[in-house]
Amino acid sequence: MTVRTGKPFGGWLIWTLALAIAAAVWLWGEALVPFAFDYPKGWRIPAARWIGSFVNWLVKDAAVGPVAFSDLTRFVAAVIDKPYQLALALLADGWQVAEGGAARQVVPPLAWLAVIGIVALAGLWAGGPGLAALMAAAFAFVAVFGQWHSAMVTLASILVAVPVGVAGGLMLGVLSWRHPWFESLLRPLLDLMQTMPVFAYLVPILILFGFGPTAAVVATLIYAMPPMTRVTTLSLQRLPGETHDLARMVGCTPRQTLWRVLVPSAREPLMVGVNQVIMLSLNMVIIASMIGAGGLGFDVLTALRRLDFGAGLEAGLAIVALAIALDRLSQAVARRGYRAPLPGGIVARHPYLTAALALILLCFVLGLALPAVQGYPEAAQLSTSAFWAAAVEWINVTFFDTLEAVKNTILLWILVPVKRFLVGMPWAVAVALLGLAGWRLGGWRLAVLVAGLSFLIAATGQWEKAMITVYLCGISTLIALAIGIPLGIAVAGRERAWMVTRTVIDTLQTLPSFVYLMPVVMLFRVGDFTAMIAVVAYAVVAVIRYTVLGLQGVDPRLIEAGRAMGCTDWQLLTRIRLRLALPEILLGLNQTIMFALSMLVITALVGTRDLGQDVYIALTKANPGNGLVAGLAIAFIAIIADRLLAAAARAQRQRLGLEAA
Amino acid sequence: MTTGEDTLICRNVWKVFGSRAADHMAALGPEPDPARLAELGLVSAVRAVDLTVRRGEIFVIMGLSGSGKSTLVRCLSRLIEPTAGEILFNGQNLLAASEAEMTQIRRHKMGMVFQHFALLPHMTVLDNVAFPLEVQGIARPAREARAREIIALVGLAGREGAFPRQLSGGQQQRVGIARSLAVKPELWFLDEPFSALDPLIRRELQDEFIRLQSRLKKTIVFITHDFDEAIRLADRIAIMKDGGVEQCGTPEELVMNPATDYVREFTRAVPKAKVVRLSSLVEPGPRPEGIDCLPARATVADAGPAFLGGAGRVGVEHEGNFLGTVGRDAVVRLLLGGGM
Ligand SMILES: Nc1ncnc2c1ncn2[C@@H]1O[C@H](COP(=O)(O)OP(=O)(O)OP(=O)(O)O)[C@@H](O)[C@H]1O
Ligand SMILES: [Mg+2]
Repeated sequence: MTVRTGKPFGGWLIWTLALAIAAAVWLWGEALVPFAFDYPKGWRIPAARWIGSFVNWLVKDAAVGPVAFSDLTRFVAAVIDKPYQLALALLADGWQVAEGGAARQVVPPLAWLAVIGIVALAGLWAGGPGLAALMAAAFAFVAVFGQWHSAMVTLASILVAVPVGVAGGLMLGVLSWRHPWFESLLRPLLDLMQTMPVFAYLVPILILFGFGPTAAVVATLIYAMPPMTRVTTLSLQRLPGETHDLARMVGCTPRQTLWRVLVPSAREPLMVGVNQVIMLSLNMVIIASMIGAGGLGFDVLTALRRLDFGAGLEAGLAIVALAIALDRLSQAVARRGYRAPLPGGIVARHPYLTAALALILLCFVLGLALPAVQGYPEAAQLSTSAFWAAAVEWINVTFFDTLEAVKNTILLWILVPVKRFLVGMPWAVAVALLGLAGWRLGGWRLAVLVAGLSFLIAATGQWEKAMITVYLCGISTLIALAIGIPLGIAVAGRERAWMVTRTVIDTLQTLPSFVYLMPVVMLFRVGDFTAMIAVVAYAVVAVIRYTVLGLQGVDPRLIEAGRAMGCTDWQLLTRIRLRLALPEILLGLNQTIMFALSMLVITALVGTRDLGQDVYIALTKANPGNGLVAGLAIAFIAIIADRLLAAAARAQRQRLGLEAA
Repeated sequence: MTTGEDTLICRNVWKVFGSRAADHMAALGPEPDPARLAELGLVSAVRAVDLTVRRGEIFVIMGLSGSGKSTLVRCLSRLIEPTAGEILFNGQNLLAASEAEMTQIRRHKMGMVFQHFALLPHMTVLDNVAFPLEVQGIARPAREARAREIIALVGLAGREGAFPRQLSGGQQQRVGIARSLAVKPELWFLDEPFSALDPLIRRELQDEFIRLQSRLKKTIVFITHDFDEAIRLADRIAIMKDGGVEQCGTPEELVMNPATDYVREFTRAVPKAKVVRLSSLVEPGPRPEGIDCLPARATVADAGPAFLGGAGRVGVEHEGNFLGTVGRDAVVRLLLGGGM
C-alpha cells in the first residue's frame, strides 16, 4: 500500500479546502441537496428485514440433504447440555427425583468444604502452598458472602464452556495453520466476532437454541474461542524450524507430528490461549445470563435492575474471586512444566487425585450428620448490602448538590454541544471526510473501505444513533486519554510506581465490565453522563498500559543523546520520548476505542439512546434483524476507527524510520 | 582411513528461494548467473553443488553463517525440495522417491542431530530417545531396551528419567545424539551439533563423537562453521561460500594446496603440524631395528614427543602394516613452511 506523506503544505491545503467545502455544504446545502442531510427513507437497504427472514428460514427450512439446520443446532445443544447437567448436579443441585409435585434430592451436590478442598489441592498441585491458600480463600469468600449456590452454577457453565472452547479453538487454529486458504477465510470472521458486540448475536442464538444455559454457553463460546484459535495458529507457526524438521526426520505421520511433537512443544503459548478462554468466559457470565445462564451473572443483572448495589456488588465480587482464582490456577499450570510420573501403585502415583476422592467421601459421610459440612450455614453468612445502601444514601444526601453541579456543568458545556454537532452534521459530509482521511492515511483502498462502511451505516437507517455512539465513545476516549497519558508518563520511569499501577490495572481488567457501572449509577443515576464515566473508568486502563509500554520501549541511547544535546526534561519528553512512543500510544488509543465501544453496549442498560440501546431492545423483543444490524453498525464503527488508526500509526512509524516504507 | 564406496552423491544441486523459483531456473538454463537470480528477487542458497560422501567417512561441510550449509543438508535429506539437481543415496535417486518412500528412508536409514537439540519438552530422556522407535510403532519394552542401551553409550546412564530442561546443554545434545542413533541409521547428519555449547563442553563432546564413530563407523555429514572443529573431526571437508563449494578435500589438501584465495585465508592460521598426517611425509623403506611406530593417521604434532625424545626417525604403520619412516628434517622443513 502506498502511503502519501506528502509535503506538509500540500496536506494542509487539501484539508483546509475539504473542510471549507464541508462547512459550506452544511450551512447552505440543505435546500440544494436535502438527501445529504437526511438519508431518504426510500433508498434504505432493508437489512434488518433480510436478516430477520434469513434467521427464520434457517430455523424452519434450511437443510443440507436430509440434515436440517435445526438438527445441527439440536446436536450442538445436546453436546453442551449433557455435560452441563452433570456439572450442575455435581456442583450445585445434586440429583433429584420427582415425587408427587415436588422434587426430592437423592444425592446431594459436592459439599462446599469438599469443593474448597479440591480447589486447594489443585492449587497445591499446580503452584504450591501459596496458590493453594489463594484458591481456598477465593472460594471461602464466595461462601461467606452467601454466593455459593450461584457461584457453583456459574462454575458449572465455565467447566463446560472452557474445554469445548479450548478444543474448538485448537481445531480451528490447527486447520488454519495447515491450510492457508482456511485461514484467509477464517480471519475476517474472527475479526468480526471480536469487534461485534456480544449482544448482537445473542438474539440469533436465542432463536436457534432457546432460552437457557445451552444458549448461554454457545454465546460464551463464540466470544471466547477466537483468541484460542489465533494463539494456536500463531504458536504453531512460531515453533522453531528444527522441531518441524525433527518430526519429518524421524518419519512421523501428520497426526504424530501434530499431537506428539508440535502441540506439546507449543504448550506454553497454548496455555496463554487457555487462560484467555477462561477469562473471556468469565467476562461473559453476566451477559450470558440475559439468555438464560443462571448463577452470579443473573444475580448481578437483577441487582442492577433493582438498583440494589450491595447485592450486585457482592455477586460481582464473587465473579472477580472466581476469575482471580481460575486465572492464577491456569497460569500456574502453564508454568508448571512436565514432571516425572511417580513410582508405585495406582494410589501412590496419583496422590492428589486420591486425596480429592477421599475428601469427597469424607465430606459426604460427615455431611449426612452435620449439615454445616454439606452447605455453608446461613447463620454464618455475611452481607454488606445494608452497609452499601446506607453509604449510597449518605453520599447522595451529603453531596447531592455537588455531584449534580458537576454532572450538569459537564453535560451542558461538553456533552450536549458535541452531541448536537455530530448529530447535526450531514451524513454525506461525514462519509466524504472519512473517505478523505482514509485516502490521505492509507491510499484509495482504505478510502473505499472507510467510506463504504460509513455509507452502509447511513443506508441502513442508523445514522443518528451511530452518531450518538460516536459522540459518547469519542468523548469518553478523549477523557480517558487526558487522564491516562499523564498518568502513564508519571509512572513509566518509576519502577515501584509502575509495579503498583500494573497490579491495580491488571485487577481492574479482571473485573466484569458491569461492576464499573454500579457505583456510577449509584452516584449519578442513569443517563449519558453516567455512561461516559463508566466507559472512561473501563477504558483508561488500556491508555495507561500502552503509554507506559511505548515510553519504556524508547531506545535509551536516544534519550542519552538528547540529554547530551542539552535538552530539558520537558523537551526530552515532548521532543523525543513521546514522539517515539507515539505508535504505541496510537495502538493504545485503538484499544481504548474498542474497550469503549464494548462498554457502550452495556451502558445501554442505564438508558443511553445509541446503537447499544437498539441492540438491547432487540434482545428483549427477540428481534434478530434489528439486533444484528445495530451490532454490525457498532462493528463497522470499530473497524473504521481501527483501520484509520492503524494506518496513522504505520505512517508515523515510517516517518520516524522505525519501519520501511 | 575408513573410506569405502560412494554412498551419497549429489550432482549439480541447486536450491533457490523465492516465488516461482523453479520456473525461473528452468528459463535461465543450466548455469544461471547469480546476479541475474538476485535481480529476480531470488536467493540462491545452494548453487551447483557436486559432492560425494563415502561409506564410513566423516564428511564435514564448513562455511560461514549464511553460506548455505543448513540448506544443503536439508536438501540431502529432502526436508526441503532442491530446485534442481540429483541426489543419489545407495544408488537410489532420492528426488524421485515418493513422500512415503522418503518417510521410510528417513525412519530407517537417516538420523539427524540439531543445533538447538530439538528435544521434546514433555518427554523424559528415555522417551525422547525412544521417540523415533515409537513413531515406527515398536512396542514399549523393545524400544525402551534399545533406548537404554544407546543412552548408556553416550554416557547418560542414570539420567533416563530426567526432563530436557533439567539437563545442561552438553547433556541435552548427548540426548539428541542418542535419539538420532536409536534407529541405527546408515547416514548420520549433524547440523552444527556443538555450536550452541561452551568451548570446554564442545571439546568434550567432540572427543566423545570421535570415540562413538570409531565404534559405530557411520557415514557422516557434519556441518560446522568452526574450522578447528572441522580439522579435528573430518576425513574430508567441503568449504562452502555463498552457496557454492569452494574446495573439497582432506584437511591436509586444503591446508597444503588451497584452491582459492578464500580457502587460503581460512587455512592460513592453521598450524600445519596439527593437520599434516605422518602418512603424507612417509618415506617407504624397510623397518629399522628398534624404531618407535605411530599410526599413519597421527599428525606431525602427535609425533613431536618422539622427536623431542631424541629420535631421528619415527616409523609409520597402518593397521599393522609398516609403511615406512619419517625423518626429523622433513618435519622441520614442513614446520618452517617449505612444504613437503
Ligand atoms: N526459507 C528461506 N527463504 C529464503 N531464504 C532462505 C531460506 N532459508 C535460508 N535462506 C537463505 O539462504 C542462505 C543460506 O542459509 P542457511 O541457513 O543454509 O545458512 P547456514 O550456512 O546454515 O548459516 P548458519 O551458520 O547461520 O546456520 C541465507 O542467505 C538465508 O538467508
Ligand atoms: Mg545453519
